[in-house]
Amino acid sequence: MKTFPMGGVHPSENKLSCAKPIEVLPLPEVVTIPLAQHIGAPAVAKVAKGDKVLTGQLIAEAGSFMSANIHSPVSGTVTAVDMVPNGQGLRQMMITIKREGDDWAEGIDRSETLVKVCPFSAQEIIAKIKDAGIVGMGGATFPTHVKLSVPPGKKADCVIINGVECEPYLTSDHRTMLEHGEELMVGVTILMKAVGVEKAYIGIENNKPDAIAHLKRIAAEYKGIEVVPLKVMYPQGGEKQLIAAVTGRQVPPPPALPIDVGAVVCNASTTVAVYRAVQKSMPLIERVVTVTGKRMKEPKNLLTRMGTPVSALLEAAGGVPEEPSKVVNGGPMMGRAMVNLASPVTKGCSGITVLSGREAVRREAAQCIKCAKCVSACPMGLEPYYLSKMTQKKGWDALEGQMITSCIECGCCQSTCPSYLPLLDWIRLGKQTVMGIIRARGAAAPKK
Amino acid sequence: MEVLLYTILTLCALGVLSAVILYFVAQKFRVEEDPRIDEVEKMLPGANCGGCGFAGCRGMADALVKQDDISSLFCPVGGGDCMKAVAAYLGKAAAEKQPEVATVRCGGTCEKRPRTNDFDGAKSCAVASSLYVGETGCAFGCLGFGDCVVACAFDAIHINPATGLPEVDPDKCTACGACVKACPKMIIELRKKWPKNRAVYVSCVSKDKGAVVMKACKAGCIGCGKCVKVCAFDAITVENNLAYIDPLKCKLCRKCVNECPTGAIRLVGMDPLPKAPKAAPAPAAPAAPKAETAPAAEKPAAAAPKAEAAPDANKES
Repeated sequence: MKTFPMGGVHPSENKLSCAKPIEVLPLPEVVTIPLAQHIGAPAVAKVAKGDKVLTGQLIAEAGSFMSANIHSPVSGTVTAVDMVPNGQGLRQMMITIKREGDDWAEGIDRSETLVKVCPFSAQEIIAKIKDAGIVGMGGATFPTHVKLSVPPGKKADCVIINGVECEPYLTSDHRTMLEHGEELMVGVTILMKAVGVEKAYIGIENNKPDAIAHLKRIAAEYKGIEVVPLKVMYPQGGEKQLIAAVTGRQVPPPPALPIDVGAVVCNASTTVAVYRAVQKSMPLIERVVTVTGKRMKEPKNLLTRMGTPVSALLEAAGGVPEEPSKVVNGGPMMGRAMVNLASPVTKGCSGITVLSGREAVRREAAQCIKCAKCVSACPMGLEPYYLSKMTQKKGWDALEGQMITSCIECGCCQSTCPSYLPLLDWIRLGKQTVMGIIRARGAAAPKK
Repeated sequence: MEVLLYTILTLCALGVLSAVILYFVAQKFRVEEDPRIDEVEKMLPGANCGGCGFAGCRGMADALVKQDDISSLFCPVGGGDCMKAVAAYLGKAAAEKQPEVATVRCGGTCEKRPRTNDFDGAKSCAVASSLYVGETGCAFGCLGFGDCVVACAFDAIHINPATGLPEVDPDKCTACGACVKACPKMIIELRKKWPKNRAVYVSCVSKDKGAVVMKACKAGCIGCGKCVKVCAFDAITVENNLAYIDPLKCKLCRKCVNECPTGAIRLVGMDPLPKAPKAAPAPAAPAAPKAETAPAAEKPAAAAPKAEAAPDANKES
């Protein structure tokens, strides 16, 4: 069975909610919508305090090419456009809307009927995706229209759909593939048309045999779509790892992009959102969020409107356990611990994981014993112990030379360390600093 | 015996020959260097802290000797005296700067600023601040992991375990600015050093609105502006819900300290002014008469430190 060639770990899968069908979460009374839900420039608010908005109405417009539109997830009145603490407690610009009913904007087709034929050209498809504000829903939140706009001089030869969901606990993509398989397939054909390729692969780890069987059966009716079962290995859902696993091609280090090896990768949930945006003019205002954890009463997959407070989701899954717990936005490997449960669900939030007991606490860090387990675990071929130590010593030049910018922050090094060293904490800081230095250099260069 | 003698003689001859060769080589390849650089380096403190902007004292000495105008160069560790001595030796005009001291502008002690969560990642302020708000509700306050302590080359700053905040030892602090650069929250500021380590400063950097500050911390500046009104020297400004006392305009009159409703204005090395007896029991109504009586009562107290401070400051600069 295929997988990526280098590094990786296999943490306990804990897919507690994989057999739970998607449930619709009741609409929240108040939603808060951050203007920066994606990588790139924040969106620019188009509404002000006191404005009435409809569900699906554009409330913030993309700030630049590398940005995404944001639509209102409910209908009601805008009560504030202000700085509000996000999940990490940091102040962020958000639009607060008080819900009054659920009146939809015109032109959105909310029916469940499958529309297979796509009459639009590649440019029209990309424009529709841009209008709908679609970003990568696996967590990286890269604007999808940017990804699909193949730069001149480069050529894609395949589309890869990411149905890997390698992150432990999370099952939102799994359930989406099972329950919206047909929509996914039409979405794939739309993506193929947008990029101008004849071949698409759907990569799925073989811990989801039902999804593999289901999609294989549907894919038989579509031309050029192949379902590729993959060996279970974290971080296979990483873009570069998935390309290597499916096609065997290695993406060169930054600034090279996946398009340089002819691949365009798109997450499964995003593909369904693309289908809805193109065929039904539906903006990205809701998504499936897995709420899970070993001590949660009922782990669930909830269809949630964007901007719903995380506390409402936890409530729906039985509430946070009494004992001290860590609520993580995302999965346990790459997710970010939250300090503010009133913060909203955003486009990149694929799950809320509640870790309790021993899972929730990190063990005391000891000395590095030079075992090099982190080196063998690193899927990017980096030397995590060195990067971490060098960040502490502020050796930014050395870090740049050691390719710290290719780190994908998957956390394999930290999870495999027998001394429980906070390797990724330091590497992330080093990466941020080095990227800042590179950006500053780039900004200074043309002036000379 | 003979063998021993020859060996010793040969070695001696080799030694003398090498010495002669080395002497001539050294003469031939001698690098002319201004001997004053060595002298100036000896005058500098030799801490190699980098506070002057150079990698070490040698670099600073080199620049001091080579540059004609040395007014832009200043050794914060040696201070005005050191710079004066160097300038006198070199026959140049020295930069004049008032002595400064690192000041930690956060009053969010464990008691006043309750913890909302536990951080179990790498124990570093830089790491924590890049990830999230910190262990308390305040997004601007001290994180308490001690990046400033690690940065200090003079053992002058330490975390007080009782408060969880760093404390500067003003006698050891040289105002090199290493802690200022190390603090990711930009809490530490170099402020004018008064005699006897006296100080009045706003011990808060939160730009949040008053209500948000109150929720997170009982010692934060809420930007009410009461201190601005009471300041006779125009030293206090409020910007982004945060008061700031200009250290160069402040005369340590201490009126603002009593006025601050949250105690965010900190007073060090002095007793606070006695509370104006009429102001305390009747809060709002007798505003006009208070304005008349208060300055009269406070004037002597306010003038005293001023008179004392002024000659001292002149002496040091």
